[in-house]
Amino acid sequence: MKIAVCIKRVPDSETRVKIAADRKSLDEAGMKFVLNPYDEFAVEEALRRKEKAGAGEVAVICLGPAAAQETIRTALAMGADRGVLLQADKIPAYPFETATVIATELKSTSWDLILFGRMAIDDYNHQVGPLVAEQLGLPCVTAVSHLEIEGTKGVAEREIEGGIEVVDFPLPAVLTADKGLNEPRYPALKGIMAAKKKPLEVKPVQPGGGGLEVVALTPPPDRKEGRIVGEGAGAVGELVRLLREEAKVL
Amino acid sequence: MTTLAVLEQREGVLRKISHEVVTAAQRLGDSVDAVVCGVGPVQGTDQVGKFGADKVVTLTNPAFAKYAPEACAQALAECAKQGGYRTIVFAASATGKDLAPRVAAKLGVGVAGDITDLATDAGAIVVTRPVYAGKALLKVKVTAQPAVLSLRPNIFTPVERPKAGTAETVAVNVPAGRVMVREIKAAPAGALDVAEAQVIISGGRGLKEPANFKVLEELARAFGGHAAVGASRAVVDAGWRAHADQVGQTGKTVSPSLYIAVGISGAIQHLAGMRTSKVIVAINKDKDAPIFKVADYGVVGDLFEIVPKLTEEIRKLHG
Repeated sequence: MKIAVCIKRVPDSETRVKIAADRKSLDEAGMKFVLNPYDEFAVEEALRRKEKAGAGEVAVICLGPAAAQETIRTALAMGADRGVLLQADKIPAYPFETATVIATELKSTSWDLILFGRMAIDDYNHQVGPLVAEQLGLPCVTAVSHLEIEGTKGVAEREIEGGIEVVDFPLPAVLTADKGLNEPRYPALKGIMAAKKKPLEVKPVQPGGGGLEVVALTPPPDRKEGRIVGEGAGAVGELVRLLREEAKVL
Repeated sequence: MTTLAVLEQREGVLRKISHEVVTAAQRLGDSVDAVVCGVGPVQGTDQVGKFGADKVVTLTNPAFAKYAPEACAQALAECAKQGGYRTIVFAASATGKDLAPRVAAKLGVGVAGDITDLATDAGAIVVTRPVYAGKALLKVKVTAQPAVLSLRPNIFTPVERPKAGTAETVAVNVPAGRVMVREIKAAPAGALDVAEAQVIISGGRGLKEPANFKVLEELARAFGGHAAVGASRAVVDAGWRAHADQVGQTGKTVSPSLYIAVGISGAIQHLAGMRTSKVIVAINKDKDAPIFKVADYGVVGDLFEIVPKLTEEIRKLHG
């Protein structure tokens, strides 16, 4: 099975966000970056599919700055076979451009599966997967939390409000992984050592800049200082009164 | 300038989130055309005029009995092209997140997704979207043509602004597609999704064990069908609650009218997911827990005493 996993380098979810002096971007100094958590599910799924098939290749593809080599190495340490860094100084704000760069890279090979995370936890776009699928003319299922594949037929489950959709699709296909799909492995020391020797190709790319123009990046408005209503069950009466009369939510 | 509002239905009934889409679309220009894909008539489309739609079009096809991503995307893209719409608005619901990029790609553009505010500035559309799970707000001007937007649920409160709301049904001829929804496994009866609930009661490690979530479920029931039970990442990772219930940066970002955090200390990635809630209540035994910094009202103490008392009081109100 030939599987491509498209990954992204994102600020760690516990990182505090600092806005740069241009008020349009992040001040990345001192920030910790990680492999996007949803992409970990995609990498894990690819590894399991390859292991089950007994043969094949898992390639990870990442659009990002030079520092994203580290992110690719994380996926290689988990067990992926090779990496491709589509190197650009600036990640486009417009997901269509990101998708175009990735689709162009994917076109050169015929993949059985192309996996993405459901979304990146930085820009929350949840659309590069389906945009790439459309550009490649491949079927796509997003936010997959359970997956069965038999030959060239797949059945995926995806969460919707108040239920789960069970979806049939043919391979090759583009899938985006949700939490729940699997439990990603931690890279073992052996994997980390092996990852250093795995092929990592760096290809400079120049994504287009259209579509969206960043006006400003600002901190969210501060919430008004709250107050402690009281202690223990005795405070509940006052809490309910405030919710009714002051906050007017009851 | 007419905006196209894409409505959502399930099992032949319009979903309420459609009213939010029409309300937001109204803010962009003179008129709003609304469109929905259905196997036949969709119950509730006659209400859409009330929220400001000038016209409601139901696109029908046998494939639309269940959500048919490829067929819907093709039908909607053709509808958007034929109508020459400059702006197309979706809900960033589970379906909208799946469908909007497909339609956008067919129109040669991307989506300005999950937005919480929109405005026009000298003819251009300017939208705000929370990024880094709400730790920052990104304001962008959409220069792509057409502009495809998706709206975060629960932000754009439906406003009644009656228009003619003329109705039209058009049978569309599109292939069923390769990706087919076989069935929908329904969640347990009465369970409301945290992304769309007006009231969310979330539990964390302070609940001590999975079975204790029943105290939160009882409180949710006391709200009479408007409340959902959420969970922190810690308890989802521990397998106590389903991922569907997780609120935070790697779960759902929610904006209910009332968010009650019970036994949740308030890790930054959790706060990111719920800080846009209108009113936040925290119940925690540790008075120094970070959750109290974002809470409008806090009660310090044993949740196993406080929550049942609160349930009792809410029941009285809804009695």
